[in-house]
This record gives sequence, C-alpha cells and structure tokens, in this order.
Amino acid sequence: MSEKTNEYWAANKRLIAVCLVIWALCSYGFAILLRPMLSGIAVGGTDLGFWFAQQGSILVFLVLIFFYAIRMNAIDKKFGVDEE
Amino acid sequence: MEQTTLNIIVVGLSFALYFGIAIWARAGSTAEFYAAGRGVNPVINGMATAADWMSAASFISMAGLIAFVGYSNSTFLMGWTGGYVLMAMLLAPYLRKFGKFTVPEFIGDRYYSTTARLVAVVALIIISVTYVIGQMTGAGVAFSRFLEVDVTTGLYIASGTVFVYAVLGGMKGITYTQVAQYCVLIVAYTIPAVFISLQLTGNPIPGLGLFSNMSEGTAGAGTPLLVTLDGLLADLGFNQYTTGSNPWLMALFTLSLMIGTAGLPHVIIRFFTVPKVSDARWSAGWALVFIALLYLTAPAVGAMARLNIMTTMWPNGAEGEAVAVEDLPDWFNTWQVTGLLGVEDLNGDGRIQYYRPGTEAGDALAAAQNLQGNELTTFNQDILVLANPEIANLPGWVIALIAAGGLAAALSTAAGLLLAISSAISHDLIKSVLNPNISEKGELLAARISMGGAIVLATYLGLNPPGFAAQTVALAFGLAAASLFPTLMMGIFSKRMNAAGATAGMLAGLLSTCLYLFTYLGWFFIPGTNMLENIPANYIFGIPPTHFGPIGAVLNFGVAYAVSSMTAAPPKHIQDLVESVRIPRGAGAALAK
Repeated sequence: MSEKTNEYWAANKRLIAVCLVIWALCSYGFAILLRPMLSGIAVGGTDLGFWFAQQGSILVFLVLIFFYAIRMNAIDKKFGVDEE
Repeated sequence: MEQTTLNIIVVGLSFALYFGIAIWARAGSTAEFYAAGRGVNPVINGMATAADWMSAASFISMAGLIAFVGYSNSTFLMGWTGGYVLMAMLLAPYLRKFGKFTVPEFIGDRYYSTTARLVAVVALIIISVTYVIGQMTGAGVAFSRFLEVDVTTGLYIASGTVFVYAVLGGMKGITYTQVAQYCVLIVAYTIPAVFISLQLTGNPIPGLGLFSNMSEGTAGAGTPLLVTLDGLLADLGFNQYTTGSNPWLMALFTLSLMIGTAGLPHVIIRFFTVPKVSDARWSAGWALVFIALLYLTAPAVGAMARLNIMTTMWPNGAEGEAVAVEDLPDWFNTWQVTGLLGVEDLNGDGRIQYYRPGTEAGDALAAAQNLQGNELTTFNQDILVLANPEIANLPGWVIALIAAGGLAAALSTAAGLLLAISSAISHDLIKSVLNPNISEKGELLAARISMGGAIVLATYLGLNPPGFAAQTVALAFGLAAASLFPTLMMGIFSKRMNAAGATAGMLAGLLSTCLYLFTYLGWFFIPGTNMLENIPANYIFGIPPTHFGPIGAVLNFGVAYAVSSMTAAPPKHIQDLVESVRIPRGAGAALAK
C-alpha cells in the first residue's frame, strides 16, 4: 500500500467525519434532542427545532451530499486517483 | 365527463408511455439487465432512484401519517432522507467502483466466502419480499379506488404491467420507466399542494407556506398557520401538531430508518448503473433533490389538509356551531361513498361534531354543546392526499393525475424490488453456486425467468398477504439496518475484517432483530404466538421492536470485530481488493468486464 493512497483515504475519512457531525447535529441535535434549547428562536408560529425536523434537516442533507461530491472530486485530483 | 372515465384515460395514457419505454429499452445482455449497461446519466439515475424509493406509502399515506401525529412523526421525513447521506459517503461510490451486479456478489467476493454470499442472499430476499408485498397490495388498492375495479383485478393489472417492462428490459427498462413514473408522481403531488398553499397562505411553495401566516379571508387570517392549526386541535382535544414525545425514542427510530435506508439492496443497486465513481456521488445528491421535492411538501400537505378538514367541520371555530349535515361539501360526500370518511349524527342535532372524547378539552366541549361522542366516525389518513384536488376545487384531470401518480409510485418501487430479488436468484444463486458454467445468453434467460417467478410470487403474496403485512416496513428497515449495512460498510472501511467475522456479524444482526421482532409481534408474525405482549412495559430498555435496527447493527459490528480479531486476517489479494475499491481510478476497467 503506497503512502499516497493512505493519505488519500485519511483525507476522505476526515471529510466524511466532518459531514457526519453536521448531519447528526442538525437531525438528532437541532431537530430532536437539542430542540428545547432552541425553543427561544421563533420560526413561523413555532420554533427552530420544529423547522429543522420538517424542512431544515432535509435541506442540510442535500447541501452535505453535494459538498462532499465537490470536495472529493478535488481530493481525487490532488492525489491523482481521479478517473481519466 | 365522469371522473372514473377521466381516471381511466389518464392512467391509460401513463401506462401506454411505460409500455413504449419498455419496447424501446429492451435489455440485450446481462450487463443491461442487471445494471442498464452502466450508461445511466447521474441526474437520470437520481430521478429513477427517487421513484424507486418513494412507494405508494410515501405518496398516499405519509402526509397523513405526519398530519395525524405531528412533530413526533418527523422521524419519517428525516429518516427516509438522511439515509442518503450515509449512502453517498459510506457505500455508493465504493460499491460502484467494485463494478459488479448485486449486493451479495460484493459480500461474497470481499469476504471470499460463498457462505457469506448466501447469508446475504437470504437477508436480501427476506427484506425485499416483505417490502414488495406492501407495494403489490398498495397497487391493488390504488387501482380499485381510482378505476372502480375490485382489488384482485387491480392487482392482476399491476403485476401484468410490471411483468411487461421488467421482464423485457430488466434494469434498463425499469430505469427509464421509473424516470417517467417520477415525473407523473411529482406533478400529481405538487399541483394540488401549490393551490392549497396559495389558498391558505398566499405562498405558492408549500414548504414555506407551512411557516407562513394565514391569508385574508381564511379563518385565523394574519396568524401563523401552525398556530391556527395547534389552537383548533387543542380546542377539540387532539394532540398539538408541533409538540412531541420521548426525544430519545424519536432519535433511535430516525437512526433505524436512516441506516435501514442505506442498507436496502434495491436502492444500492441503482448506483451500479452510472458510468463513473464520481457519478455515484453526484447521483446520490440528485436522488435526494428529487426525493426532497416530495418530502419537503409532504408535511405541508398533511398540515394544510388537516386544517382544511377541521375548518370544514367547524366553520366558526370550536366555540361556534359545527357544520350542519346538509352543508357538508360535495367532496366530503364523494369520499363518504368510498368509506374513507364517515359521519354519524350521534346526538341527533343535525350537525356533525368532530372532536376527541376522553380528553379534558374534548369533554369540556362535549359538556358545553351536549355531545354524545365524536361524529366524524371514519377519518382515513390517506384522505389528506387523495381528496386534496377536490378540497382545492381543482379540475377533474388533476384528480385523475393523483390516480396515475399513486399507481406510478407503487409500480416503480415494486419493479425495483423485483429486480433486486431476481438478480440475487439468477446471478448469486444460479450463476455463482448452481451452474457456474452457464452462458451469457443462458444467464439472461435465467434472469428473465427469475423476474417472472418473482412477480408471480409477489402477486400471490399480494392476494394472500400473510399476517405480518402490516409490519413489513418495520421488518425491512430493521433487517437492512442490522444485516446488510454494517457488513457492506466494514467491507470497505476495514481491511482486517475477514470471512468468519462478517458472516458471524451478519447472522448476529439478522437473528437478534428477528428474535426481538418475533418476541413482541409473534413467531413469524403469526398473531397470538408472541412471547411478550407488545406494550412499552415489556420492552428491554424501553425499546419498541420497530426501533431495534440500530441495536441489531451494533450487535453486527461488535460480533464481527470480536470474531475477526480471533481469526486470521484476510489474504493479501482481498486486502488489495479493498484498497482498489477505495480509489476511483480504474472504474472504467470494471465496465469492460
């Protein structure tokens, strides 16, 4: 196993970790477990946690997947493992 | 023109389109039959995945499921979308790089074990068969409701249709019909939602309308829609829409749905159809775009339709007089005929009072207005989607479109599941175990025959649903989360994981989940054979059987690591295989195979 592919895989795992922290924070965090802490922030007749549960987390998931795809394409190129 | 005639015309046109696509997209090779020749554009695959994913239940029942429970059922919205994040980052790109045709094939090759492959086949078949039963019954019910045929005839029409394009075209035919089916279902879902949102809030985007103020001329003008809805629900004794239940159980159930989503074979194999690894990443994003179009709208549809029905029943609010029997709108009477809505004037005052007895607010209302019980005796949750066009006063062709959309949702999911089942049989059982020397032509024929067999089986089970039909969602997601997802993930992320570990882990996840479900729901879901009553007091750590998926997954991971660390590391060529699936370069080579 070459040094380069090792580093490539480590970079991929770091990016996945960052994305999954945000993924969990918005869905399990803001929308469910941390909702009481956000109850002071009003959104359209209810609170921010409710908005995250029914709209926000889905939008965050979308942004995360596209962010990951864009970043990984750049990382593929940087390490020279992209598809010709 | 009569509504049924219009429904038949619109549904007939959509079916003609599917058949046209089936003839155009015939499969000429096994690569086309299993993976559409790996030539599907990532956006197109995203659309097909969305149709594959969104079933009749998503289309017809989900809005009602959320509207009747409110905030707590947001778990479905997050669970059935958040799984795509896991899919995009942990599975899809690497499995595409591997470049084979089925999920058990990856497990068999990665773990250099026919036993592991066969366990995966068993898990796949249990998951997909239970899931497909719900789709077939859903399609039958949709036919009978919209076209006024009986459920059995409806089911025969549905399976006949799937038979034509799935047997002819395999994955290729299914992919392009799913694209057409997505277009039909999303248009059908969105049009009434936009009009209802405009009427209630003046905002054309339902997801935004849900958080807007009520427009002029509606009850509660100027106050937020959710406040109006909560207020009316509270006055009548119902749970408020925005308040919730145990947050830890919500989180656990969401996790179960997310991991389960990422482990469903019929969704995973869709990512085998794109040309490149980077396309698999993009395609997961596009799939979620197309899914989100419906999922962001669904809670708005549910909340708004619920509000509409309550203001129909209580035109002057809960303090005023309820609706008089003769003033019920036409659409209300139409749906009464189908049995999805039902009223009974229990106190004989000529008015219909809809409320919830046995609650403080409900009983206070009953005392104030001399009520003898809730008079809206039947209120099927599906009505919130089905009656939307009529509530919004939309023309008959929109109602017909809902019919075509519901059928498109059921057929597209059924076809995807049937392909997962038939490819596991023809590729993983026949080609790899029973008859490895089978020719390419022979395997293609075997694949078509397996597909036909799977359809016959699904139709039979749809006509004679076993007792557990109602439990299928919990079962399929729990098992996918506990069996396939961890094994696939470890196959990519752990080079050390070996055959013994993976096989033991899969069995641990599969058996523990089945055991936990059977304990509360009955052995093989036969009613009356459960060892413990299905009530919260009996649950281990308070975990309901529907929420067990993540626990099964943890057991799978744990057992796999323990067994693997006590046995020999996988051979060198397997470790090289893991390294090669981790990098995108060379995916084109797999295409040529």
